[in-house]
Amino acid sequence: MSVDSALVHRIAHLSRIKVEEAEVARLGQELSAILAFVEELNAVDVSGVEPLTSVLPMKMKQRFDVVDDGGKAEDVLANAPEREDQYFVVPKVVE
Amino acid sequence: MSDPTQLTLSEARDALRAKKLSAGELAAAHVAAIERADVLNCFVTKTPELALAAAKESDARLARGEARPLEGLPLGIKDLYCTKGVRTTAASRILDDFTPRYESTVSGNLLRDGASMLGKLNLDEFAMGSSNETSAFGPVVSPWRRKKDGGFDDARIVPGGSSGGSSAAVAARLCLGATATDTGGSIRQPAAFTGTVGIKPTYGRCSRWGIVAFASSLDQAGPIARTVRDAAIMLRSMAGHDPKDTTSVDAPVPDYENAIGASVKGRRIGVPKEYRLDGLSPEIAALWDQGVAWLKDAGAEIVEISLPHTRHALPAYYIIAPAEASSNLARYDGVRYGLREKGRDITEMYENTRAKGFGAEVRRRVMIGTYVLSAGYYDAYYVRAQKIRSLIKRDFDVAFAAGVDAVLTPATPSPAFAMGEKGQADPVEMYLNDVFTVTVNMAGLPGVAVPAGLSANGLPLGLQLIGRPFDEETLFALAAAIEAAAPKTQLPEAWWVS
Repeated sequence: MSVDSALVHRIAHLSRIKVEEAEVARLGQELSAILAFVEELNAVDVSGVEPLTSVLPMKMKQRFDVVDDGGKAEDVLANAPEREDQYFVVPKVVE
Repeated sequence: MSDPTQLTLSEARDALRAKKLSAGELAAAHVAAIERADVLNCFVTKTPELALAAAKESDARLARGEARPLEGLPLGIKDLYCTKGVRTTAASRILDDFTPRYESTVSGNLLRDGASMLGKLNLDEFAMGSSNETSAFGPVVSPWRRKKDGGFDDARIVPGGSSGGSSAAVAARLCLGATATDTGGSIRQPAAFTGTVGIKPTYGRCSRWGIVAFASSLDQAGPIARTVRDAAIMLRSMAGHDPKDTTSVDAPVPDYENAIGASVKGRRIGVPKEYRLDGLSPEIAALWDQGVAWLKDAGAEIVEISLPHTRHALPAYYIIAPAEASSNLARYDGVRYGLREKGRDITEMYENTRAKGFGAEVRRRVMIGTYVLSAGYYDAYYVRAQKIRSLIKRDFDVAFAAGVDAVLTPATPSPAFAMGEKGQADPVEMYLNDVFTVTVNMAGLPGVAVPAGLSANGLPLGLQLIGRPFDEETLFALAAAIEAAAPKTQLPEAWWVS
């Protein structure tokens, strides 16, 4: 599996990470090396094997469906890079 | 008392209770040691004022005879743990000046039990690395040095990673113990590289709440300390059920310290033949044999076992961990906290923020994770890797069902290396550091790294013990037996003091 420049751009966009043109070739090589490293897994016989979803058999605990926390707008907004009153501010997303 | 930083955590605890030492003196000695050790770059943020204020409260409690289990003991906290009112960075630029309004459950448990915080310890960015070289705040330097011509080489040695600030600070006596986290080996490998003890408990033993997430099905908190006993004391306070983490287990936490010195007579120790990798260094092979001999002398029974899927663990890890990381790190969007870079629209704002905020290794892993989860590839990569994970876990289940109490392996394939020596051209070269530790995370088991001696070039080497789920007590008993049998090692003279 070789990661070409078009694929680097596609993965970068899906990841929401801007890449500079000068980095693309090196990133392609690095990603290819990692994918080559994991390629041996294709040789493992996994027929009839369930994917592991929990390392230990445990039952998810439930709690009563009641409000037990909240009303902390100031705490939630305290680290916002940009805010207005009790809102996070982002660039305009609707025309 | 001459220099209280030379005490172990348990010795300091006992000296405080015997009134041979005050919490104020103990905290002040550590604050001073940290001030003189800037060259090691162990701390991202120092909080001497918190440690000194807590010491006053501890001295008052000690005087009243109301000491809590960790009363007056100053610790370092890995900067992946959210700490109320103290900047938390995950060693990444993207968190910027993020200052949590809450305390992680595990660090909160330590404070509840009377410990104090000396500061936030450096790490690989988002805990992704094996040498602490990916930190946005610069690499951590190990207090250890290679031997050369009857003296020491001044090449800077890595402390391991990702918990490199934790391991270096504990080894250099800048704190009595430290919190750490382990996703593929990030507690055990740095402990092995610095001659310290590190335990990754069973998945679910400690709450993950308030710890910056890397790969949620693998991440687990644990301590790094100078002795097995100290690690046992810390883990008892750190562990326990937390309603805020549904994967934390609601089971009583034993007093692990009672396991220290317990007999290991008749315990069955598995030695997995698949860990004897092609090209395993003779030095590591000899260390492993020595560990077998020590446990045999202590009365344990040694059996060869087979863990046939071992070799697939590391490649499967490098699908699962990046996949989970790419999901977890989606939250760093420049909106709610941390860095924001401007853009013409919201997508460009995300892309610019994440390009500037994430370092090279984090970007690589997020991109790999995004790729293996993308439409058309999910089954071929992620689901397949999770099936292989079932096979790896089954290997251990079979060994334990056959009566094995614990598994003994080397902790790392080599001693620590110098900065810049590994992974420069090929990231996979660095990943191979975790070859012996990563299976444990994949199977959710507890694992401990314990110092076992020095390499020919004078650097620490460690052995790893892997246990049954929630049987950390057996690991502490066995690790204490190895600690008692292993030669005592001596750090080089404190060359880092300025």
